[in-house]
Formats: sequence, C-alpha cells, structure tokens
Amino acid sequence: MTAGRGPADVRLAVYLPLLLPALFAPLAGPLSERLNPRYATWLLTGAAAVLAACSTLALALLLASAVVRIPVVASLGHLSLAVLGPDKTYRIAIGMLAGALLCAAALAATAFVIRRYRALSDAYREARYLPGSEQTVVIDDRSAVAYALPGWPGRVVVTAGMLEALDESGRAALLAHERAHLSGFHYLFTSAARLAAAANPLLRPAARAVEYTVERWADEHAANVVGDRCLVAHAIGRAALAATAHRPRRALPAALGMVFSGARSAAHAAGPIPRRVAALLAPPPPRRLALLAVVLALTLLAGLCALQAANELQDLLSLASTY
Amino acid sequence: MPGTDPPGPGRAGGQPPRRGSGELEAAVLQVLWAAGRALNPGEVQAALAARDGAAARLSYSTVVTILSRLHAKKTLKRRRAGRAFSYSPAADEAGLAARRLAAMLDREPDRQAVLSRFVAELSDRDEQLLRSLLDDSGPGAG
Repeated sequence: MTAGRGPADVRLAVYLPLLLPALFAPLAGPLSERLNPRYATWLLTGAAAVLAACSTLALALLLASAVVRIPVVASLGHLSLAVLGPDKTYRIAIGMLAGALLCAAALAATAFVIRRYRALSDAYREARYLPGSEQTVVIDDRSAVAYALPGWPGRVVVTAGMLEALDESGRAALLAHERAHLSGFHYLFTSAARLAAAANPLLRPAARAVEYTVERWADEHAANVVGDRCLVAHAIGRAALAATAHRPRRALPAALGMVFSGARSAAHAAGPIPRRVAALLAPPPPRRLALLAVVLALTLLAGLCALQAANELQDLLSLASTY
Repeated sequence: MPGTDPPGPGRAGGQPPRRGSGELEAAVLQVLWAAGRALNPGEVQAALAARDGAAARLSYSTVVTILSRLHAKKTLKRRRAGRAFSYSPAADEAGLAARRLAAMLDREPDRQAVLSRFVAELSDRDEQLLRSLLDDSGPGAG
C-alpha cells in the first residue's frame, strides 16, 4: 500500500468501530425478546464485550496517529513527518477528542470494576455469614422478597411472606429460578455487559437487555424443572403482586429512584415483569437465525475494522521509520 | 471466597478442618444465641469446644479476636465483667437476619445489582398489565 492511499482507509476502518455500537443498540431490545434467552444472553454479552473492546482500540489508534505526528515525538521515534503526512489541525482536534474519550472510558471502566468487585465480595461474605448451612435461607419477615446471593457457595434468600404468597409448585418454580442464577453464574454475564457499557455508554441498552435475558433464562429453566411454563408465569405474577402489596422498608433515596424509574418506564414499554410473564404465556421462543446473523456480522465487522485500522497504523509507522 | 481463609491461628492438637473467618463468626454467634445470656471469651471457647469437639478447639486469643470483630460490626454488644468483657448478641437470629435483609435492599443500586431478585415491586401501570395478563390466561389466576 502507498502512504498516499493509506489515510483514507485508516479513517473508515477506525471510525466504523465507533459507529457500530450505535447500530447495535436498537437491536438489543428486540433480540432480548425474540431470541431463546440463553442464546440471547451469550450473544448480547459477547457482542457488547467485542464492540466495547473495538471502540476503545479505535479511540487509542486515533490518539496514537495524532501523537506520532507531533514533531518532537516523531523525531524521538525517528519517524519521517513527510511520510506520515502534514499535521493538519483537524487531525490534532480529533486526536485530542479521542484522548479525552479514552480517558473517560478508562476512568468509568475502572470505577465500575472497583464498585462491582466490592459489591461481589460483600455478597460473598454475606453468603457465608447467613445462618444455617442449607442453600436456601428463609427469613421470618412479612415482606415478599426472594433473591439469589452470589457466593461460594451461593445462597437463595426467601422471606416467609414470599413463601406464603405462593403454593407448593410456585415455590418450586421460585427456587428453580434462583438456583438457575447461581448455577449459571448469571452475575458474570451482567457484570461483563455492564463493564462494556461503562467503557462505551452506547452499549447501555445491551447491558439492560442482558439483565433482562438472564431473568428470562432462569424463568425458562424453572419452566423445564417444574414442567409447566404457565405455572411459572403465574408464580412470577403472584410473587410480584405480593412484593408490591408488602413493600419492605425503604430508605428515601431508593424510593426516589423508584419514582424516577417508574416515570421513565411508564413513558415507554411495559416493565420487565409483565414482559417475562407474557413471554412464558406465549409459545417458547424460537431460534431466529436472521437476527443472530445480523448481530454476529456487526460484531465481526467491528473486530475486522479495528484490526485493519491497527494494521494500517503499524504499516504507516514502519514505512515512516525506514526513511 | 475460597483461598482467602486466614491460616487458623493458635489451634491446638490434631489437624482440624480449615475454617474461614466468616464460618468462625457464625459459629460464635450460634453459641451466643444458644446460651441466651452474656458470655465471656473463656465461656465461648469452652462452648465452641463442647459443640465441635476438642479437635476444633480455638485458642483464647482467636476467640477474643472474633468477639471483638463482631462487636466492631455491631453484631454483638458487650459490657465489662471483671477483667474481661462479656458478650451478647445485639439481636436474635431472626431479628438479625431481617435487619440484614432490610440493609441489603436499602443498599446503593450497584450493590443491589449483584443480587438476582425474583421479582421487584411493580409500578401501577405494570400491576394493571400483569393482572389482565393473569386473568386472561385462565386457571390458577390469582
């Protein structure tokens, strides 16, 4: 390749990984509803991770290609400025913008990792510390709450109020659902997707979709265990109505958060629980190969473009250093 | 988490199974709940040995360490009795678990995000939607 043709190719290859997450975002919602939840979880998490990595690499390449054109840096690296091309103002501006975005992404990702690590180690400690040695811990409380606590081993916490709200088969469905979260390490998927979204905010819809698909995954697993999808739908419905009737004590900030999130979801589509119930009452989700293929193609394209951009920059630098 | 266990300080006799600090704290708490009165570290040590067998006997200083750690976490209250402190649970087992539940649900969103909750509370709109879904789907509708 010649140095004259290079820059145009670099630009396309380096900008595509930055644009593809924006194309992927509107697909995340439909994917989470229409695909088998297990495949959807893997696909959305994988695609979010690859797209975040590629867009971060693209920012780093934009920054690097501006930095090497600074005369001092070029002379230190024994690079020919004539080969690298003129140091245009727009290139410096783009490089600075990419540098700022890269810093923001690195800071957000680091902050997320620290927060999530603390939350998980708290959960692990809590799981060890809960009374008894059984996997399931029943808490004598009127509120209707049930959750899976990641740990080694993980625990399932259920209140007496929740058990009362459900019949025998409903309880079996609830336990199967929570155990599916623990045995499938679903918190790793949601954490990976959230990390990708921290590095690139365009991927936030994908992270939210993964948080929904792991619930659906656990629902379908519970339906397999109890052998009746309709039964699981009713158990979720009853549990949610009971949880709403007996709200546990809440601190003010959490209550405020609920008001705001409630206002947001009312403006858009139905919340996750009616959607989960509706999905279980409908026939099992099929494998939509076309949707799957589109997302895989987008992800692959982002990966190839990022690699291509990296190669182009490397070629340009080795060309410039031979002069 | 596995592999983070402290190296079991001052254990006498035999090779007791390795136990994590969380497990030791839980054992100490259970002894105090069972006792139903304030115990000093010597009594806790004796009760633990009686419960788990002499092979799992902990040193006096280990017991004191666990008790003061639990006191620092406000899980235990203590008062001075002679030269040592005597310890009693700050709440009974059920009360403590319920308080921890409330604390867990009041945590900041990022800490709640690692808990996979079966269901969250519904908005008014979602509640209506859910009721109509369940009513339409026939048997078992509540």
